[in-house]
Amino acid sequence: MQQVVDVDELSLHILDIAENALAAGAKVIEIVLTLSRPVGRLIIDIIDDGRGMDAETQNRVTDPFYTTRTTRRVGLGLALFKQAAEAAGGSFRIQSNPGRGARVTAEFELGHWDRAPLGNMAGTLLTLMVGRSDVDFIYRQVVPEGEFVLDTRMVKEELGGVPLADPDVILFLKENLSAALAELGPI
Amino acid sequence: MTKLKLDDLKKIRDRVHNETMLREGGATAKVTVHMGTCGIASGARQVMEALMEELTLAGRRDVTVTTSGCIGLCSEEPLVTVEILGQEAIRYHFMDKNKMRQVFRRHVLEGEIQTDFALGKGTEHKE
Repeated sequence: MQQVVDVDELSLHILDIAENALAAGAKVIEIVLTLSRPVGRLIIDIIDDGRGMDAETQNRVTDPFYTTRTTRRVGLGLALFKQAAEAAGGSFRIQSNPGRGARVTAEFELGHWDRAPLGNMAGTLLTLMVGRSDVDFIYRQVVPEGEFVLDTRMVKEELGGVPLADPDVILFLKENLSAALAELGPI
Repeated sequence: MTKLKLDDLKKIRDRVHNETMLREGGATAKVTVHMGTCGIASGARQVMEALMEELTLAGRRDVTVTTSGCIGLCSEEPLVTVEILGQEAIRYHFMDKNKMRQVFRRHVLEGEIQTDFALGKGTEHKE
């Protein structure tokens, strides 16, 4: 009866890690995707200004049976992201200090057989930006041919109080994101 | 490289400001998609995308859409909560994009609770 969607898209992992940052009280979340073709690496950074964590917690967060939540006893987000990176010949690390945010970095071998595709990144960004318009998001995609940046602080400034969840703004963001990401090419 | 068309945002701003001057009051309905690891793994992003598309099709400025985290009902995901001003909140479970479209059109726009997909009334849950 229940449909199961495999988390086989990197964009779904990114959404999940950003949700962690939101749960940590982040007010600004930066997502940076860097593609370096000569060496064939894909690096994903998710940087937040949430409450951060101490060294001991950093060692435990990729354990599936560690969670700060009280509503369920397993936490899979970071464990699954780490597994996705390591399965694709890459690496995973967390840099954080209590009260000073966190930076999650996952590196992938671009052409690795087991590297999941990026998938619907526009969907992830739209879900974050519209669903949590109280928080600011900066998305940066850097490829050898150029760079795309979307900073919701800039968008909000232009909108002068009109919410990001306004129907016309959703449509604007969707069209602009889809066009820009298509132009940068598939990952 | 594609740049954001900032002029379009200014046009939206002016249009919305003109419209809201004619209409008093804030949101009359709020739709929340739960977006924990459990929700995401069972399709919550697709549900959110369908919801945003329905909202843009309806063009309703008095309906807000938002996301929230895991509420401890992981086996019931994707979960969606519909709150209509002056009414009890309705929580829907095992949602997908088609059910979301139906709930938006029938419940949010027309006030008809879709009991087939509903889990229950109210937003109370274990925190």
